Amino acid sequence: MSSLAAVARPGGAVRGSTLVRSLGLVIGLAVVLVLVTDALGSYQQLQLAQGAYYFAALAGLTVLIGLSGKISLGHGAFMAVGAYTVMLLVGQGWALLPAVAAAAIVSAAIGIPVGIAASRLEGPYLAGATLAFAVGLPALADRFPSLLGGANGLTINPPAVPSFLGANVSLEQWQAWIGCAGALVALFGLYNLVHSGVGRSLRATRDDEIAAALCGLDVARQQTLAFVVSASCAGLAGGLYAAVLNLASPGAFPLTLSLSLLTGVVVGGLGSLAGAAWGAAILVLLPSWTNSLAHSLSLGTNAQGNLPFAIYGLVLIGLMLAWPSGIQGGLGALMRYMSNKRRRG
Amino acid sequence: MTKFIDLTLSGVSSGAIYAAVALALVLIWRATRIVNFAQGAMLMITTYIGSELITSTGSYVIGFLAALAGGLVLGAVVERALMRPVENKPELNAVIVTLGLYTFLVALAGIIWGDTPRPFPAAFSILGYDVGGTHVLFAPNDTFIVLVVVALAIGLGALFRFTDFGLRLRAAAFNSEVAELLGVRVGRMFTAGWGLAALTGAIAGVLVAPSVFLSPNSFDPILISGFVAAVLGGLDSPPGALVGAAVLGLVLSYVGGYEGTELVPMAALVVLVIVLLIRPTGLFPVSKGRRV
Amino acid sequence: MLRLERLTTDYGAVRALNEVSLEVQPGSVTAVLGANGAGKTTLLRTVSGLVRPTAGQVSFDEVDITRTPVAEIVRRGLAHVPEGRGVIGELTVEENLRLGGLHNKSGAAKPKEIYGMFPALEERRSQPASRLSGGERQMLSIGRALIARPKALLLDEPSLGLAPRIVGPIMGFVRHAVDTLGLAVLLVEQNATSALSVADRGVVLNLGRVVADQPPKALLEDEQLRHHYLGF
Repeated sequence: MSSLAAVARPGGAVRGSTLVRSLGLVIGLAVVLVLVTDALGSYQQLQLAQGAYYFAALAGLTVLIGLSGKISLGHGAFMAVGAYTVMLLVGQGWALLPAVAAAAIVSAAIGIPVGIAASRLEGPYLAGATLAFAVGLPALADRFPSLLGGANGLTINPPAVPSFLGANVSLEQWQAWIGCAGALVALFGLYNLVHSGVGRSLRATRDDEIAAALCGLDVARQQTLAFVVSASCAGLAGGLYAAVLNLASPGAFPLTLSLSLLTGVVVGGLGSLAGAAWGAAILVLLPSWTNSLAHSLSLGTNAQGNLPFAIYGLVLIGLMLAWPSGIQGGLGALMRYMSNKRRRG
Repeated sequence: MTKFIDLTLSGVSSGAIYAAVALALVLIWRATRIVNFAQGAMLMITTYIGSELITSTGSYVIGFLAALAGGLVLGAVVERALMRPVENKPELNAVIVTLGLYTFLVALAGIIWGDTPRPFPAAFSILGYDVGGTHVLFAPNDTFIVLVVVALAIGLGALFRFTDFGLRLRAAAFNSEVAELLGVRVGRMFTAGWGLAALTGAIAGVLVAPSVFLSPNSFDPILISGFVAAVLGGLDSPPGALVGAAVLGLVLSYVGGYEGTELVPMAALVVLVIVLLIRPTGLFPVSKGRRV
Repeated sequence: MLRLERLTTDYGAVRALNEVSLEVQPGSVTAVLGANGAGKTTLLRTVSGLVRPTAGQVSFDEVDITRTPVAEIVRRGLAHVPEGRGVIGELTVEENLRLGGLHNKSGAAKPKEIYGMFPALEERRSQPASRLSGGERQMLSIGRALIARPKALLLDEPSLGLAPRIVGPIMGFVRHAVDTLGLAVLLVEQNATSALSVADRGVVLNLGRVVADQPPKALLEDEQLRHHYLGF
């Protein structure tokens, strides 16, 4: 399922068949995930929940970079915005669901000015500006310590499992469901965006800005829209993070988070929603894998904390040098190779 | 009033550091059209190398020179091994490679040396001067910093304008194809450019380490400030980088002093965004793209 | 001196050069003619190494340079003045000239000598080359190519964009340089008459293939050839 398989079709913003298809996809996945969570232990439920919020952030980012060609190194900051929004609202007595929705909306709102600026910047200038954003925004928590909890951050109580589900559903499973629900919402929205007229215009703009502008496409608006949508997904991810981990602090959203997101997107395959799923899996599984590795090799805590990032760095470099299209690109190439063989053979 | 003077002087001193980093970024940009986001991490590694040698030999000078030599080698190796394959590919690829390098180097430093900040000796006294009875927050070491960076800038300028090597470097940067047709081994020039840039960065690292302490992430703000300074001046312009760095050093010093240090990164961002919105290619753009 | 044997160059699916063979002797000018897209520029770029051929061989001074890097080919004594002249606008006139001689410092001429050939350049020696007119740039790029005392010279459309009255003197200068310095010159031109007026041999390319390889007089007298491939 490649999100870039969109064939140019005439017609309006979102065609009915895309909506139906995406709904079917989301419902199907929801069923599968519910069944899967029944079989998982509580630590694995947590990992699934983490994978879910990573997916939301990665999916938004991969659509931004892959579709509009604009890079953002600041999506960790949008996650922080989402997480803190949920923290503050739940602290005020809001229920979780509206709080998470608000997280997505607030991030979208902040994404507007950032996106407008981003639409006017190119390549390394954009990268540098979003980098500064990633470092600068979390530092603001120290500026308003009473409101935002300073360096220690904010905490909330874990979300209560609704009574109608009874005692069969543990807290961890409920949190996994919350995460997955959020991820599926993001998937639904992004799938429709990618396969719509807007998605096509974005790709046209990415490939040749001048030509697109000559065709009457409002380049800046399209790019701002893409940025806002992806920021909103990152905010949603942050909200889910808050729902699952019940904690938000500046230290949870360092620059390296934004760079991990970039890694996930590149590894999975830029521009591919399926790739975002691969990337999310790696971002969750790699650290626990390297932790076991560090344990078994009896490396000190220094190595433990840093090993995943050392590997991310090497992976980013290696992929860019040898295999820029990532996992999904590799799968795509493999499938093309095999279908060619079948045709010829 | 004294506060204003103190802030101005410390702004000059930090501006000098930003200038060195900005020069490193500009050098690489002019040569290979890449922004080296790993510059901060590279100069962090060379500063650790310097630190190790100062500890083992007891000599500041040896450590200083070791850091510089390390920079030269590191820059050359990175260009040859990592950047060469992506120099002609889409911009995004090179950006991601430098970010991957940044991630790797910071993690590597954490693994080798740990995350705990360690002190780094200053070359000269860090006690502020006494000017006519008032104690100023500007010390002999700050004078050293400013003098070294000025000498560096003059040295680089002279290298480029008056030497054959500098002429080849510039030619390779302005028009690599024509330079090749004139017998310039462009690949070697790019490697040399990166080596020089990393050496410049290494100097910045050693100069600023005493005040920020040495840890894998302690140079991140310097990279961002150096980048903003370089962009302010226009990525193509070394003199612009110096001006941008001076301006930024002062602005950030005032913001930090009057409003609070936690606002400094955000202030750098705001300056960056304002400048880029007015002039998307910096305040002193030099050339309008490449000629065939 | 310069020999091309069955040189074939592809740009993706397009075959820009198709089994081109020709020879250039020292002290002679071979003009390469043909319409736009005939492959003339690709020919020069393949010879100087900017583009790698798919098949065939280029020998310079009896040495195979087909796979040699560009800068090394230049250091062996082959100079290439590219399409559009390739003047580095950000450098001064004098810096452009000095640059040309750097790879052969001991054997190169001094800028003074080039100013002797092109006095107009001396006035502008400290100005950025971007300020030069088309004709001045042509003088600069030729001077820059000659300063290293090359043995062979590739010229890509020197008359392009030049006022007609300058074209003649430039061509005359090329011929003079060939006669006095013994250069082997491969001259690509769309302006066939001016090229043939200084050439010892004319090669006509069409769609990457050689369709004629004859002395200029014979080419000019062949009306069919002229109409078909040279447009006059």
